[in-house]
Amino acid sequence: MLDVIGAASVEDLFAHLPDAARLHRPLELPPGLSEYEIVRYFQDRASQNSTGFASFLGAGAYMHFRPVLVDTVVSRGEFLTSYTPYQAEISQGTLTTIFEFQTMMCQLTGMDVANASMYDGSTAMAEAAMMAVRITGKGRVLVSRAVHPEYRQVLRTYSVNQGMPVEEFGYAAEMGTLDLEDLDRKLDGLTGAVIVQSPNFFGIVERVREAAELAHERGALLILVFTEAVSLGILRPSVEADIVAGELQSFAIPPSYGGPYAGVIATHEKYIRQMPGRLVGQAVDSNGNRAFCLTLATREQHIRREKATSNICTNQALLALMAGVFMTVYGKHGLRELAEQNLAKSHYLAGKLRPRFCGKFFNEFAIQLEGKSPERVNRRLLRKKIIGGLPLGRFYPELADSVLLCATETSRRADMDTLAEVLA
Amino acid sequence: MRSRVRPNISFNEPLIFERSSPGKVAYQLPELDVPAADPLAALGPENTRSEIEDFPEVSEVEAIRHYTRLSTWNYAIEYGMYPLGSCTMKYNPRINELVARLDGLALTHPYRPEALAQGSMEIMARLQASLAEITGMDAVTLQPAAGAQGELTALLMIRALLASRGNPRRKVLIPDSAHGTNPASAAIAGYAVQNIKSNDAGMLDIAALEQSVTEDVAALMVTNPNTLGIFEENIVHAAEVLHARGALLYMDGANMNALMGIARPGDFGVDALHLNLHKTFSTPHGGGGPGAGPVAVKQSLEPFLPIPRLRSVGKKWAWDYERRHSIGRVRAFYGSFGVLVRALAYILAHGGPGLRKVTLDAVLNANYLRKKLEGVYELPYQSPTMHEVVFSDDRQARHGVRTGEIAKRLIDYGFHPYTVSFPLIVRGALMIEPTETETKHELDRYVEAMTQIAEEVENDPEIVKGAPHETRTSRVDEVAAARKPVLRWKPV
Amino acid sequence: MYPDNLRYTKEHEWVRLDGDTAVIGITDHAQQELGDIVYVDLPKQGVAVEQGKSLGTVESVKAVSDIYAPLSGEVIEINPLLADAPEKLNEDPHGEAWLVKIRLRAPAEAEKLMSAAEYQTYIGAEK
Repeated sequence: MLDVIGAASVEDLFAHLPDAARLHRPLELPPGLSEYEIVRYFQDRASQNSTGFASFLGAGAYMHFRPVLVDTVVSRGEFLTSYTPYQAEISQGTLTTIFEFQTMMCQLTGMDVANASMYDGSTAMAEAAMMAVRITGKGRVLVSRAVHPEYRQVLRTYSVNQGMPVEEFGYAAEMGTLDLEDLDRKLDGLTGAVIVQSPNFFGIVERVREAAELAHERGALLILVFTEAVSLGILRPSVEADIVAGELQSFAIPPSYGGPYAGVIATHEKYIRQMPGRLVGQAVDSNGNRAFCLTLATREQHIRREKATSNICTNQALLALMAGVFMTVYGKHGLRELAEQNLAKSHYLAGKLRPRFCGKFFNEFAIQLEGKSPERVNRRLLRKKIIGGLPLGRFYPELADSVLLCATETSRRADMDTLAEVLA
Repeated sequence: MRSRVRPNISFNEPLIFERSSPGKVAYQLPELDVPAADPLAALGPENTRSEIEDFPEVSEVEAIRHYTRLSTWNYAIEYGMYPLGSCTMKYNPRINELVARLDGLALTHPYRPEALAQGSMEIMARLQASLAEITGMDAVTLQPAAGAQGELTALLMIRALLASRGNPRRKVLIPDSAHGTNPASAAIAGYAVQNIKSNDAGMLDIAALEQSVTEDVAALMVTNPNTLGIFEENIVHAAEVLHARGALLYMDGANMNALMGIARPGDFGVDALHLNLHKTFSTPHGGGGPGAGPVAVKQSLEPFLPIPRLRSVGKKWAWDYERRHSIGRVRAFYGSFGVLVRALAYILAHGGPGLRKVTLDAVLNANYLRKKLEGVYELPYQSPTMHEVVFSDDRQARHGVRTGEIAKRLIDYGFHPYTVSFPLIVRGALMIEPTETETKHELDRYVEAMTQIAEEVENDPEIVKGAPHETRTSRVDEVAAARKPVLRWKPV
Repeated sequence: MYPDNLRYTKEHEWVRLDGDTAVIGITDHAQQELGDIVYVDLPKQGVAVEQGKSLGTVESVKAVSDIYAPLSGEVIEINPLLADAPEKLNEDPHGEAWLVKIRLRAPAEAEKLMSAAEYQTYIGAEK
């Protein structure tokens, strides 16, 4: 090959690099490892994490069983090692699964269109806020304090330089739902978006309808966020929302210490052109057969550059495929049954404890540890091989004596009984 | 002629909704070990839904066949070469998949107590240190979900640093050869974009840069090697120009595959850069994602890194949330951990010497393709080639055939097309990046295909224009799809 | 090809003057350069447009192009046809597929626009 190129050595191919830019020593990284050594290294790290604990953590990442078919499908090289499907003729596999994914997200959320995925729920929410501001031409954003705290932090990071002042409104101390009066007070004519989450961060089914009515009265859009996608199997789709932004980790995406996950944005047809992210549309090929292709790409950065609806390029296609396979495997009956099992488990556990809020909840709820420190209680639980709930003081100083518990279909009765004994 | 592909068995397959029939299921749930909860009582009738209309109802075997059949309609790295310029579509080692799926890593909840997540944190710390060494930078954040988010993260940090010095400034300079995410990210960071023209050598025009760097300029965003596959030979000088006027140098590290062990951005004046782990570090592209876009910075930007930061406390790792100057978070939790595991596995497999070899081979392969094809396709820029080479369709356009059509014809020869019509500064661009994982045999087959297509353009242009001919799906009417968008299935 | 009763801009828009109003469109040359047009984004009625500033965009599958207002004024009518049939811009750019009608604020601005003959020379030279 060097003969063809006309170079004496491969090093010659770098001769034009200015000396000042060159590295004149080897990289200080150890020599390469064999396959066996690599597996050992990661097995050691995995056991350093400790396994064999029952976990009652939720709060934006959920421990659900992952049907075997999911990894079987996403491990196929055709899905795993293919590029973004710009070349439609040799990407119909990916394109078809995305089209199905978009459809299933619409069926679940009651919206007309859904995109092909966003990085995660938190960035989907921030992008939805930017979208609402573009649509309404009004920059102020009001977000409920019962929205995931880390999502709110991301919203601030994204909005700070865009003339989008973000303000928060409270939650009702008894119910744990959004404080409608506080929203009413803060919602002015300059507000372009109101953001609520349901079930909210405390696991409680939110007052979406009332929030939407208020928002619409003042000319703002209502953005509905979800972090626990399994709830969509049983909760009424909030069609009164203008934009739905959610996290699909619950649909067979491994918790994997926080990522990669997959977000999604769904909305009404009239807002399509302001949507961020890739979209797959139906088409026909030159033989008249149904086919699919990426479409409405003029919204995106590779065409509209600084005027694009978002800077997103790489998305979470393979994780959206996981979610798609999950929805197919569970299907119409399974997703409902799965949601009912979550409901049963969380209500069994809650029945043994006293929930902090009295609002209706799905598979998470807060409890107050009267006089006991959440951290100390959690340390006691660890000795019984149980990871307890998330101490809420970290995000809500007023709830420093409370923890957020989550029970899913994977929670066993015996573990819940042990948990309840320690907490009670 | 042997190189043309031939049809394989290829099933027809309806959409999953069209396959559904009432009552079929593919799932199994265990019997409840607690009493059932009545949804209407627990949630209220006003909050509960009726059945999910038209949602799939299939059996397990129907589900697996559905996805398996669809998968065969895709091209993939595991089928053949993917010479997409600036996308670095290299082989994705399977061992990465195995280690990322270890239960102790994949099933770890992000809010687990730190004491029970030390293994995950150790992996992240090791990857941060490795990336810092490879790039010559002082600190790394693994939080950004993809390259574009890395760009945004870095620009927000630059903005915060400049603001702390009294003036965040208004503009970001971007060469006309840049990827579209650069200007889009700058806009979200609140900066106006000013384009900088490239010179005849396909490099940054230093004179133009000197004129453009005013007190209003926050940073230059440069890709190096740039999207023409050319190393910016004036990069050290460019950094000096910027720094002298209080501006910063940001590097889009999409093309880091050309530099490992050879040159480090930190040594040539870069203040911040992002890396694409799904390019240089072999994590699978997955049909569009996930990726990861870690950002590496110099010490001056370190206080502004996103929260939380990994911190060592004695022999343990901890998350530090108390960082006064941080730009905040750019996503929930800590990063795309599963992608980070794969990237570290790749770095461990290669080690320092191996990564350097990756770069040598990638550049060798690109130069080989350039030499073999420059007699056939027009080479608009003569500067030395690094990891990719950009031709134009000038000669073929005379026969009425454009780059997009040549690309489609490549499919008939069993290759994925190169990157079409990018960078924008080359009219009718063919942007080709072979990566180090292609063998000489595969490169020769590719050259043969490209040469034959060029001959077809002269002798039988219609066969190229109508391509692809050997695929299950022929040319898709993207115009009709965009005029009347159908974005979801509905029952007839 | 280029009707004599229209005036033209360097950005490839045309204008048909009618007293204190004008109809605006894009030229045949423009639609050819753009290729198959899939979407047209036009301002709302009542919006003020300014000569040389963008008044909307036309999109093909892979490009977005600004439409620059040839003259200043207020939009009094938009072509309802284009929302559902953007392809008309490829088929009949000088006729059926006009874009907007405006009430002129500074009719004298029209004096600097090109005649059909001048425009044809201009696009000939541009190539």
